[in-house]
Amino acid sequence: MAANANLVVYRELANKRAFWLIFFLCGLFVAGGFLAHLTMEHHGHVITGMDNRIVWGLPHVFAVFLIVAASGALNVASTASVFGKSIYKPLAPLSGLLSLALLTGGLTVLMLDLGRSDRIIVAATEYNFKSIFAWNVFLYTGFFAIVGAYLWTMMERRMNAFTKPLGVAAFIWRLVLTTGTGSIFGFLIAREAYQSALLAPMFISLSLSYGSAIYLLTLSAASAIDGRPLGEAIVRRLKNLLATFVAAALYFVAVFHLTNLYFTRNHGVENFILLDGGIFTGLFWLGQVGIGSVLPLILLLAPGVSRYRILIACSAIVIGGFCQMYVTIIGGQAWPLDLFPGFLASSSFFDGEIHGYAPSIWEALLGLGGVALAGAIVIVALKLLRFLPERMDDATLDPSHAKANAK
Amino acid sequence: MSEVTTSRRAFIGISATAAAATAGFVALAPGVKLMDLAQAHADSKGASSKVRWGMLIDTTKCATGCSDCVSACARENAIEPGSGRPAQSSQWIRKIELKEKKGGHRELSLPMLCQHCANPPCVDVCPTGASFQRADGIVLVDRHICIGCRYCVMACPYQARSFVHEPLHNQNPEVPRGQGCVESCTLCVHRVDKGESPACVESCTHQAMLFGDLNNPQSEIAQRVATVASSQIRADLRLDPGVRYQGI
Repeated sequence: MAANANLVVYRELANKRAFWLIFFLCGLFVAGGFLAHLTMEHHGHVITGMDNRIVWGLPHVFAVFLIVAASGALNVASTASVFGKSIYKPLAPLSGLLSLALLTGGLTVLMLDLGRSDRIIVAATEYNFKSIFAWNVFLYTGFFAIVGAYLWTMMERRMNAFTKPLGVAAFIWRLVLTTGTGSIFGFLIAREAYQSALLAPMFISLSLSYGSAIYLLTLSAASAIDGRPLGEAIVRRLKNLLATFVAAALYFVAVFHLTNLYFTRNHGVENFILLDGGIFTGLFWLGQVGIGSVLPLILLLAPGVSRYRILIACSAIVIGGFCQMYVTIIGGQAWPLDLFPGFLASSSFFDGEIHGYAPSIWEALLGLGGVALAGAIVIVALKLLRFLPERMDDATLDPSHAKANAK
Repeated sequence: MSEVTTSRRAFIGISATAAAATAGFVALAPGVKLMDLAQAHADSKGASSKVRWGMLIDTTKCATGCSDCVSACARENAIEPGSGRPAQSSQWIRKIELKEKKGGHRELSLPMLCQHCANPPCVDVCPTGASFQRADGIVLVDRHICIGCRYCVMACPYQARSFVHEPLHNQNPEVPRGQGCVESCTLCVHRVDKGESPACVESCTHQAMLFGDLNNPQSEIAQRVATVASSQIRADLRLDPGVRYQGI
C-alpha cells in the first residue's frame, strides 16, 4: 500500500441515496426557477420588484455572485497547475467542475432574466465590440472552452502533459473574465456608486474568496456523503488560503470606500451606503463586513480551529457575498443620479429620490434556480464521472506528508 | 430500396419546387424583384450626416405645472400608463422641477428627454448594437435586436430610457414598441423624416422648445444657440448632447 501512496485513484460517488436526494432537491428548485422564468416571460417584468429605476434586481444579485464565484472556484486547480503545489492536484478536477457549474448557473439566470430571453441567438450573432457586455459573452464562452479542455487534460492520463499550459491559460482567462465582470459596473460613467476601475481588482479578490469558500463547502459535503475522509493538512492549507483571500477582499472594499470618501462629490453616495441607507447600510456592515469578512477571519485565524468552524466560516463568506452583491448592485441603483448638481430635483420619474426595491417571489425563485442548477450539474458529474479521489487523506494527497509520518 | 429511392425523389422534387419559389420571390421578372415591391420607402434617402438634429429648451419660458409636452408625446407615441407601479411605466419625456439647494430662491421647470448625445453611452454599452445612432444624430433602439438586458438604462446619465415591463396595446403603427425591450424618445423620427417637428415641440404653447438642424447656420436653432447663452446638462461628461437648455 505504501508503495502506491503516489497513485491517486478517482471514483464516482457511491452513495446513491444521497445522490438522488440532492438531485431531487436541486431539480425541484431548477423547476421552480424555470416556472418563474416562464411566468416573467408571459406577464413581463411588471410582476417583479424591478422597475425603471432598479432595472437589475435579485436575479442579477444571484447571477453576478455565481459568475464571480465561478472564477474563484478555479483556485485549487490554478494552485496545483500554475503554482505547482502538487498536494492540490488530486482535488483540481472538482475545482474545474465547480467552476463550470457555477458559471452555467449564473449565466442561465442572467439569460432568463433578459427582457427578450428568446432572442439569445441575437446576443450570439450581433456584437458591438465597444460594449464590455459583448466582451463578456466571449470571455464566458472562452472560459467554458478553456476550462473544459483543462479538465480533459487533467482527467485523461495521456493528456496530462498539457495540463500545465492549459492551467496557465485558464488562470489568465479567469482573471480577465472577472475584470470584465467588475468592469460591467466600473464602466458606467454617471453612477456615483460605481465608476471606478478599482471595481475590477475588487471583484477579482471577492471571487477568490467566494469561490474558495464554495469549493471548501462542496469538497466537505462530497467527502461526508461518500465517507471519504479529508486530510487535516489539506483542510488547514485551504483554510489559510481562504483567510488570505477574505483579508484581500476586505482590503479592496476598504480602499474603494476610502477613495470615494476622499472625493467630496461622492460623499452623498458613501453616506448612503455606509451610514444612512437603511437596508443597504445594514447589509453592508452586518452582512458584507461583519458576517462576510470579520467573522470568517476570526473563525479561520483564531487558535484551535476546527472543521466545524471552517465550514461556518465558509457559509458566512457565502452569506456575506450575497449581501455584498445586493449592496453593490441594488444599492448602487437606489442612489439617484445627480443630473443637476446644486439643485433639488423632483419629477414623475422619481428624480432626486432614493429608490426602493422589494424583490418578488419570481425573482427569488429564478435566482435560487440558478444555484440549484449549479448544484445539479456538480452532483450529476460527481455521480457519473471520476472527479474525486477515492481517498482524500493527507497520505494520499501529499506523499511528502506520508514520508514524514513514516519516519 | 424502392422506398428510399421514392423518398429521395420526393426530396429532390420538393427542393426544386422550393428553389423555384425562392427564385420567384426574389425575381418576378428581369429587373423586377419582389423585395423591391415590399420596400415601403424604396426611394428613401436615409439620414444625412450633414444634419445634426437638436433641440433648444428655454427654461425661462417653460411653465411649472405644465405638462403639455408630456401629454403630446404620450399621444403621438401611444404610451399608456402601465398596470404596475408608476416606476414601471415608460416615460420618454418628463417634467423636472428644480430648486436651488443653497438659498432655495431659484426655481426651474424643464422637460427631460433623451439628449441624443453625440457620444451616447447607451450605444457604447449595448452588447448587440441595438442602441444605435443615425447619421443625423438621432439615437434609437432597434427593437428587432434589443435583448432587454437593460445595460443602456444603467448607462444613461439622464435616466431617459425605459424598459417595457408588460404587453402593449393600441400601438401607433409608425412607432413600433415591444415588451421586454428598452425604449426612449425617438425625437419623433417618423415625423422628422416627413419634415415635421417632434410632437412635444409642436404642443408647447409657451414656445419653450425649439427643434432644428444644429449644423445648418441658417436654421433658427443654430442662430439662437450662437447668440444666447445655453448649456448642456452634465456637460462635464463630454457626451455632447443634442438637446441644449437656456436659462439654467
